[in-house]
Amino acid sequence: MTNGRSPSAAPILQGVPPLQPAPEGDGRHQAVQRDASRFDSRLGPRARMGTVFHLVCLLATLVGIVALGALLYDVIATGSGRLTWAFLNGFPSRFAARAGMKPALIGSLWTLGLTAVIAFPLGVGTAIWLEEYAPASRLRTIVEANIANLAGVPSIVYGMLGLAVFVRYFAMGRSILAGALTLALLILPVIIIASQEAIKAVPNSIRLGAYALGSTRWEAVRHHVLPLALPGILTGTILALSRAIGEAAPLIVVGALAFVPFVPGSPMDPFTVVPIQVFNWVSRPQAEFRELAAAASIVLLVLLLSMNAVAIVLRNRFSRRNQQ
Amino acid sequence: MTESIFEPTTAVELEARDLSVLYGETRAVKGVSIRIPDRQVVAFIGPSGCGKSTLLRCFNRMNDLVPGARVEGEALFQGTNLYGPGVDPVDIRRRIGMVFQKPNPFPKSIHDNIAFGARINGYRGNMDELVERSLRQAALWDEVKDRLNESALALSGGQQQRLCIARALAVEPEVLLMDEPASALDPIATQKIEELIYQLKQDYTVVIVTHNMQQAARVSDYTAFLYMGELVEYGATDRLFTNPREERTEAYITGRFG
Amino acid sequence: MAHADSAARRERAARMHVNLGRRHRNERFIGAALFLCSAVSILTTAGIVAVLLYESSSFFRRVSVVEFLTGRQWTPMFTDQAFGVLPLLTGSVLIAIGAALVALPIGLAAAIYLSEYAQDPVRKVLKPLLEILAGIPTVVYGFFALTFVTPIIRSIWPGAEVYNALSASIVVGIMIIPMVSSLSEDAMSAVPRSLREGAYALGATKYEVATRTVVPAALSGIVASFILAVSRAIGETMIVTIAAGGQANLTLNPLRSVQTMTAYIAQTATGELAHGTVEYQTIFAVGLALFAITLGMNIISIFVLKRFREVYE
Repeated sequence: MTNGRSPSAAPILQGVPPLQPAPEGDGRHQAVQRDASRFDSRLGPRARMGTVFHLVCLLATLVGIVALGALLYDVIATGSGRLTWAFLNGFPSRFAARAGMKPALIGSLWTLGLTAVIAFPLGVGTAIWLEEYAPASRLRTIVEANIANLAGVPSIVYGMLGLAVFVRYFAMGRSILAGALTLALLILPVIIIASQEAIKAVPNSIRLGAYALGSTRWEAVRHHVLPLALPGILTGTILALSRAIGEAAPLIVVGALAFVPFVPGSPMDPFTVVPIQVFNWVSRPQAEFRELAAAASIVLLVLLLSMNAVAIVLRNRFSRRNQQ
Repeated sequence: MTESIFEPTTAVELEARDLSVLYGETRAVKGVSIRIPDRQVVAFIGPSGCGKSTLLRCFNRMNDLVPGARVEGEALFQGTNLYGPGVDPVDIRRRIGMVFQKPNPFPKSIHDNIAFGARINGYRGNMDELVERSLRQAALWDEVKDRLNESALALSGGQQQRLCIARALAVEPEVLLMDEPASALDPIATQKIEELIYQLKQDYTVVIVTHNMQQAARVSDYTAFLYMGELVEYGATDRLFTNPREERTEAYITGRFG
Repeated sequence: MAHADSAARRERAARMHVNLGRRHRNERFIGAALFLCSAVSILTTAGIVAVLLYESSSFFRRVSVVEFLTGRQWTPMFTDQAFGVLPLLTGSVLIAIGAALVALPIGLAAAIYLSEYAQDPVRKVLKPLLEILAGIPTVVYGFFALTFVTPIIRSIWPGAEVYNALSASIVVGIMIIPMVSSLSEDAMSAVPRSLREGAYALGATKYEVATRTVVPAALSGIVASFILAVSRAIGETMIVTIAAGGQANLTLNPLRSVQTMTAYIAQTATGELAHGTVEYQTIFAVGLALFAITLGMNIISIFVLKRFREVYE
């Protein structure tokens, strides 16, 4: 750039060559013609369009929430009058005034419990195998792709599987056990995927630390990875179970009965669940049965809300603890 | 307040008057006053975090997009305060263009990348002509003229950056703001960009942020040294690098920190 | 001196029951057990396919595939039996189209709002609220469709039947809104900030950045979410069983009652069906068709995601 620099000049400038203009073009510079009229910026209409669009998108978001509100209003308004202790503790009947949902409640709890006992170890075991044991191979890809696919299979197809395999082939009959096995298969993909996420979130340094002390793989998993992943796994499992408790279609096909005038006593007993009771009542034309269906729906929603609340509390408590 | 305000002899295109930018409680730019002359290249240099990018983004109101950012003072473009009432940032951004540190072409064809800005701004001329003109201005035409419909992402880093420059030029701005345009590129691509800047200043006012002092020395006519949000020194590049007036400036350019 | 030290160390080490043999045997056993757990998922798919094919094969020995796929009457329970699945298929498709018309625009617009417009505190409230929609049991949705939506529809169109497709498809649409909005929003969040900045810097308005930069850049994820949501609509059972009807009418009129494939299976299964009868086998034939359609759609959505996944750098 310049020649006569003082000796104290920044060393960076020494030896800096001057720039050549870009080689493209014929060397003579043609001044850029700016013609603002070529741009019709239409700032006003564009701004107005933006406001309208913003509003439309906001309204769309609210549509879903308004619909939710309408649904809750419909259910609560129709059914709250029927929510009595007699209703919760009573048995179904042809007479609406005397009908109750006890068998359905007990049936749901039985089913939920059995499903949890079956699905939890299977789901977590699969997730552990996929994340900790399986080499990154075609086998693993196939298993994971298969699980993703199973997550999208309609729930009623699981019912048909349960009917053919558990009810008929294994001769379990239309029992709670058959229903629980069917539901377990249904929610297995959800548990597996959630557990995989929780296990992936455990930092690798933990595993390496355990191995470096001479742990076998299972010891590292059992004593180091699982405890840290457990909150996430439990949260995912509870959410999966809350889906199971609301399922009717697969259990209808498996044979959960519509009219169950007794409380089930063993896993091999016939049974019904709350969603099927709702279905049964809502299918009757009389207004009183609609009200009963609404009341049972409220109970179902409360159960769901509690399960989700537990899951969220669990997640928050443990994420706070892990951050300390 | 700032230390040295340099008085250029040519027309002033951009000006900051006691300009400050706050993110919540933190003051990223502190009371900077500076005049950017028309059709010259001005470089902002300084260590990381000194506020040079933040200051640059005041001039096309890109700081508006950061939630919680507040601007105090004035930023003037051809005499009008950019932060004054009735000024539409959408309009400003067409006339004051920006090129970013990491090339960010849209995942579209080369042609559509350039046409995008023109279409949005309601361009009424011949689009193919505009695309060719912009690519020539960015010294990219010869390399891509046969593949205008291919994806822009297939280009090399240096080519992508020149495409981003072409894209900015297509909407006929008057000022080009460049935020470390070559820092993600290899030395050969960097050289091409620098030669391009040298060419562009005949028609555009260019403000370039760079952490590379040699680049500032090669490319710019005036240099501003910022430190911790303040404008420490501003003057002709030659003079600033050979005979800095401030101690901090000399410390920085001799490599004692930053 | 050194001898005594190392001898003592060796003695201490021997006392530490390292038990390597037993631990490695445990390890192999556990590894096998875990692999068996994973095998369950493979067995499930195999089971589904086997069951559907096996029972359907008996069906297709009595009824030809052509008649099944092209017949326009479905009356397996009547004395005059007809086994054309088209009425059920149109029922499912009709519901799915209606649901898509509700859920796809609303879901996408909601996703754009949450991703591009909403401030953080607003988002933190609205997003979970929308997710609740996904958690409501479908029987309760069915109740809502029959007791709330249907009366409204019948007051607007007095000719609408008590059980009609429109009511069910609107509610199915509401149910799948969170699917569309959640997956689309994920796709839009993955678009890097630098792309948006580039568009803003050219003088684009927020609306233009959202619709002409972000949505096109997230398109493969958005389309995949659409396909998955429609697949879910086709597989939905309880809402349509409760609100859409039980008569297999071949119609495109949404105000009439229709029976979907899923509703047929559910409604038939509630009765007492003797194993081995053709009526029993119809469930599996329809189930096979249902499985094939939803499987096909899920595979297409994965294909769309893989093949058209946008590369941003």
